[in-house]
Amino acid sequence: MKRSVSNRILATSFAGGAFLLAALFLWILGDILWRGLAGIDLAFLIQNPLNAGRSGGIRSVLVATLYIISLSIVIAAPLGLLAGMFLSELCHVYPRISRLIRQSLDTLAGVPSIIFGLFGNAVFAQYLGFRVSILTGALTLAVMILPFLIRSVEHSLRSLPAYYHRSAQALGLSRTTIMGHILLPAALPGLSTGLVLGIGRALAETAALVFTSGYVARMPGSVFDSGRALSVHIFDLAMNVPGGSTNAYKSAAVLVALLLIINLAIMALGHMRNRRRGEPNGC
Amino acid sequence: MSRQSADRLLSIGLMAAGLLSGVLLLFIVLFISMESWPVLHHTSLSTLLTSTDWRPSMGGFGLLAILVGSLSVSFLALLLAAPLGLATAFYLSVYAPPKIAAFGQKLIEVMAGIPSVVFGLWGLVTLVPIMVHLSPPGTSLLTAGIVLAIMIAPTLTVFSLLAIKSVPMATVQSGRALGLGRGTILRTIILPQARPGIVTGILLALARALGETMAVMMVAGNVVHIPTSLLDPVRTLTANIALEMGYALEAHRAALFMSGLLVMLITLVIVMAAGFKSDGTDKAP
Repeated sequence: MKRSVSNRILATSFAGGAFLLAALFLWILGDILWRGLAGIDLAFLIQNPLNAGRSGGIRSVLVATLYIISLSIVIAAPLGLLAGMFLSELCHVYPRISRLIRQSLDTLAGVPSIIFGLFGNAVFAQYLGFRVSILTGALTLAVMILPFLIRSVEHSLRSLPAYYHRSAQALGLSRTTIMGHILLPAALPGLSTGLVLGIGRALAETAALVFTSGYVARMPGSVFDSGRALSVHIFDLAMNVPGGSTNAYKSAAVLVALLLIINLAIMALGHMRNRRRGEPNGC
Repeated sequence: MSRQSADRLLSIGLMAAGLLSGVLLLFIVLFISMESWPVLHHTSLSTLLTSTDWRPSMGGFGLLAILVGSLSVSFLALLLAAPLGLATAFYLSVYAPPKIAAFGQKLIEVMAGIPSVVFGLWGLVTLVPIMVHLSPPGTSLLTAGIVLAIMIAPTLTVFSLLAIKSVPMATVQSGRALGLGRGTILRTIILPQARPGIVTGILLALARALGETMAVMMVAGNVVHIPTSLLDPVRTLTANIALEMGYALEAHRAALFMSGLLVMLITLVIVMAAGFKSDGTDKAP
């Protein structure tokens, strides 16, 4: 039959495309992990970079990365939590404003990361006078991951069963008590997933950091010093340092390994989240 | 504190946080525009957009060649990624055995989170030496298009999978009950309903390609000229910023912000078109 032959050709070509893409992905992942992990030892993690990064390790780079990421989370998480609560809990009260904010955040999530870098350089480094520093980089990343944090807070509060909210209201509990004692604790796995996703995004970022937190590979003394993030280190070794690609590969393997760990954490959290079922709380 | 005043305080706090996050986008657009304004005292907007003469030290701020570079790299990447990404989405959702489908989906999620600088590193160290055989030095429009295609394919696949999964199961099952084959079900039942979501995925992948910086800069060659062949080196608007921001001052710096403004406006139009198409209140988290 003609129909079934054409269907079979279709099926084969789809499978072919899927396997080609999977092969490319596995090639890249394998290339990075194989070449990178081969040369990694403890010394690489605990020594400072030497000779522009060609030799030595990535100690100061890891420290700077840790500073940048944790500071950006400290800045973005409270704001993200409050804004996410606004969008999920007060959207009945302010439907028009909530819709506008949501659209604005969705659009913000699509802004290219280098634009955040320009913005951070102009506002935080120049106007606010923080110069190229860990603080500037962290503020820039905070703005960048904010839409994702808010989305996940809103999403995880919304996916709680509606009867949580209704029974608490029927008991005459105040909004503050309902939020603080019932909804937020119940949404904790979802909130943590959002946080971990945000960390992953921040860790993967390069373009927004190159001219906000900068290139300096020295051990940062405070958040007002420039600090070189791991992703920036990989970029610099690969592009600007002849003979730097061995250590670039090692650093990339460390970065990819960190991201894979983050992925596993998200999977574990997702498992916790799926145990609860019920009619979701729509807006 | 009484419960009313605690509740009021909470509401005010939530509202303030919501409004602050809501105005960020506006603030960014305003700031990038303000910073790029000074270049217009120097060169008119029409010259900026129609001249290919980019020599900042001589006062040449023509962005046309770089704009063409951005567009050609992005569309090439989309052209390569769309067939692969869509085939993968169709295979994983309709044909694949459950175990392979689960593995494939996990692999795509992992790849979507791999940093662009890692793709760039792979491109520079592994792909460029292969491309040298076609034409030295190996960094070119084609190389950048390939690396970028691999990067945006997960976006395309994830959104297409979401769209296909949101097709009501009942319609698919009635197709099966009628004895239709998988290909027929895909063509006549799934595709018509999933099309808006798939279009959204394609648009968002294009926006991601246009905004991508590091990977492209590492493998595109970065020469400012309008490419005449796939093997020509190109420079994109984003790479232009990253390459020159370090030492740019005054009008030159403003011209780089203008590059950024252009990229941002183009991607925002695409992202908004994608948003209006899908019109879903709840996209992927």
